[in-house]
Amino acid sequence: MEKVHIVINDTPLEVDSQSTIMAAAEQLGIKIPRLCYHPQLSIEGACRICIVEVDGSKNYLPSCATQVREGMVVATNSPEIRQARRDLLELILDNHPRECQTCERDANCELQNLAYSLGVRERLFEGRRKQHPIESSSASVIRNAEKCILCRRCVRVCAEVQAVHNLSQLFRGFDTVVAPAFSAPMAESVCINCGQCINVCPVAAFLEKNSTEAVWQALADPRKHVVVQIAPSIRAAIGEGFDLEPGADMTGPTITALRRLGFDSVFDTNFGADLTVVEEATELVKRLQSGDRLPLLTSCSSGWIKFLEHFYPDLMPLASSCKSPMSMLSTLLKTYYSRIMGIPAQDIFVVGVMPCTAKKYEAERPELFTEAGLPSTDAVLTTRELVWMIKAYGIDIVHLPSGTFDTPLGFSSGAADIFGATGGVLEAALRTAAEKLTGEPLTELNFTSVRSVEGLREASIEIGGQTLQVAVANGLGNARVILDKVRSREKSYHLVEIMACPGGCIGGGGQPYPTGGRYVLDREVNRLRAAALYRIDEAKTIRKSHENPYIQKLYAEFLGEPGAELAHTLLHTHYIQREPRGI
Amino acid sequence: METKTQSLNQAILDFIDLCKTKPHADSYLIAVLHKVQQTYGYLSEEHMYEVAQRLQVPTSVVSGVATFYHFFRLQPRGKYAISVCLGTACFVKGADKILDAFRTELGIELGETSSDGLFSLEVSRCLGVCALAPVVTINDTVYSNVTVKQVPQLIDQVRHAEG
Ligand code: SF4
Ligand code: SF4
Ligand code: SF4
Ligand code: FES
Repeated sequence: MEKVHIVINDTPLEVDSQSTIMAAAEQLGIKIPRLCYHPQLSIEGACRICIVEVDGSKNYLPSCATQVREGMVVATNSPEIRQARRDLLELILDNHPRECQTCERDANCELQNLAYSLGVRERLFEGRRKQHPIESSSASVIRNAEKCILCRRCVRVCAEVQAVHNLSQLFRGFDTVVAPAFSAPMAESVCINCGQCINVCPVAAFLEKNSTEAVWQALADPRKHVVVQIAPSIRAAIGEGFDLEPGADMTGPTITALRRLGFDSVFDTNFGADLTVVEEATELVKRLQSGDRLPLLTSCSSGWIKFLEHFYPDLMPLASSCKSPMSMLSTLLKTYYSRIMGIPAQDIFVVGVMPCTAKKYEAERPELFTEAGLPSTDAVLTTRELVWMIKAYGIDIVHLPSGTFDTPLGFSSGAADIFGATGGVLEAALRTAAEKLTGEPLTELNFTSVRSVEGLREASIEIGGQTLQVAVANGLGNARVILDKVRSREKSYHLVEIMACPGGCIGGGGQPYPTGGRYVLDREVNRLRAAALYRIDEAKTIRKSHENPYIQKLYAEFLGEPGAELAHTLLHTHYIQREPRGI
Repeated sequence: METKTQSLNQAILDFIDLCKTKPHADSYLIAVLHKVQQTYGYLSEEHMYEVAQRLQVPTSVVSGVATFYHFFRLQPRGKYAISVCLGTACFVKGADKILDAFRTELGIELGETSSDGLFSLEVSRCLGVCALAPVVTINDTVYSNVTVKQVPQLIDQVRHAEG
């Protein structure tokens, strides 16, 4: 690439001619203050916090949006620039509530951090402030427009990464607000509840709907038998909430922390994942044998399923009818577990800890309620909410001894662990389907061609003389590429795994906010989280779902055959076309 | 996949179809919205939803455009469309205060329609009768040298005529 020579703060350097001033400064280890900028989203240039002085230019220029030129002389930190930046920030703050101490982003807020680091120490103006009610119609995502600073990161992530285009900037000037079309409540929009807007929002203008109070209440209720299940990707990310490096395997301490919190039993969503694999592989083999309804689209990701219902309802018949691992396990907790424990289902309170905000919506889907009309999952906590509960209780999770999951619904194969990473569901399903198809034990278990934290992968996989065309997509923008090919029949696949969130569940909308100067959606963070899951898988002796002895026992004693009557009633679901139609 | 609901008339549908034969069909969004407003007097949610579906532009984008430009009306015009001229001459003579008086008196903002459907409030740019500034029109009637004090009277007149 062509190089140019520039000077930043008196230091000469050579940089790519395509580079922005912001990126060039990073080469010198200078991180120019910023707010609306995000490395994986388009450049917005909305906040102007990143302004710098460029010799020969009348105005200060936004460094995130200005490309370098040969001979450019830049000052990022002159007294004038510092003052101008502070003024810009104060203008934003003037239109922002002074509520830090009662705010969920307190100590975790980019605006607050910036006010600190830019040296805003007093508030001079008390101007007119926008007023908007909190919009809490959604089961998953709360919108608090009063705190919005109009950086449009949420608009961009929703459009550019998720291709949902639910949000846009409405009205103008002082009245400007970020909302779904026609200012509709989130619950009546095409929102798929993925929570990526929460992740990228620098402030508390988007948050998950909080379920911690319901869980504290249940824990304090002596009549309730409160059980918890944790999703695979929690163990690989929760440490970040306690300042550990990404990718620490926190399975053991998390189990102990959950017991300290007072849960009566601690189970593993992995068990549900093993069950999903067995059911889904059975479905796949049937479809491969009949040549019918291919490709099979995986169905574990709640965000993806709602996307399917709004945007591709014509493809609903292709989706696996398997419930998500969480809902499979919750259903079993209110049937099988209730029976073996002799506890009536209505006295069991099931909590799911999920990396995902869409799972909160899933828990409210009436089609997933039990026969008696009870929700199968009573409350869903995000990883962030669990981190907060552990902190609120004062539990020192980092120094806790390791615990182990309860049986029978806590034992899992390695195939279940990798569910948390993109490609993992597909790989797990192949491990089981391959043996069903060939009738022979599989020796090479690692289908590495489907592993990667990149957004899109296609591969051909040989199984028993047959070539399977498979695809893996994470982030719905990527999924659309595959789905459009399926719709137009441009390419035939046999199996397609879709995860709504970038990187899969490890990059879910409920995971800890980034720490240590990292940014959200950072592929390196996702890679480290995924690596932790693959390590857990490698270390297990049982790495195929159908070999999990507790799964075998469950079928023998309770469910019957995979895909057969009771398994079908309890473990499978259906989908519903939804309005408004997505575009 | 397109929606099958139909609220737009054939002329608009034909225009959308024409736009779709061109590259970057989405760049015709504003033109389509203009046509809808010309035909129906305003942009209803139903119309915008259908424009979005047929042009395959996200509904949020349509909504964003419609609320950004003052030109687009999001409510049907009132039976009496009050328009305050904000051209230079009128502005100098205090047209903004007259606009404010209408706002308070009617309890509606610019571009809105009163809940009884009687009045809507808009602004115009110079009508070319600057000697009469400030000028207000109610439907086709022009009122000249309007003062803030006259605003309630103008409204009462209409209400009276309506019984
Ligand atoms: S969003 Fe940030 S700055 Fe605003 S009140 Fe919350 S913590 Fe404070
Ligand atoms: S939750 Fe996801 S789909 Fe919904 S608005 Fe946020 S980013 Fe868009
Ligand atoms: S809601 Fe958050 S991400 Fe979206 S524009 Fe407002 S401050 Fe930015
Ligand atoms: S970060 Fe550059 S303009 Fe906002």
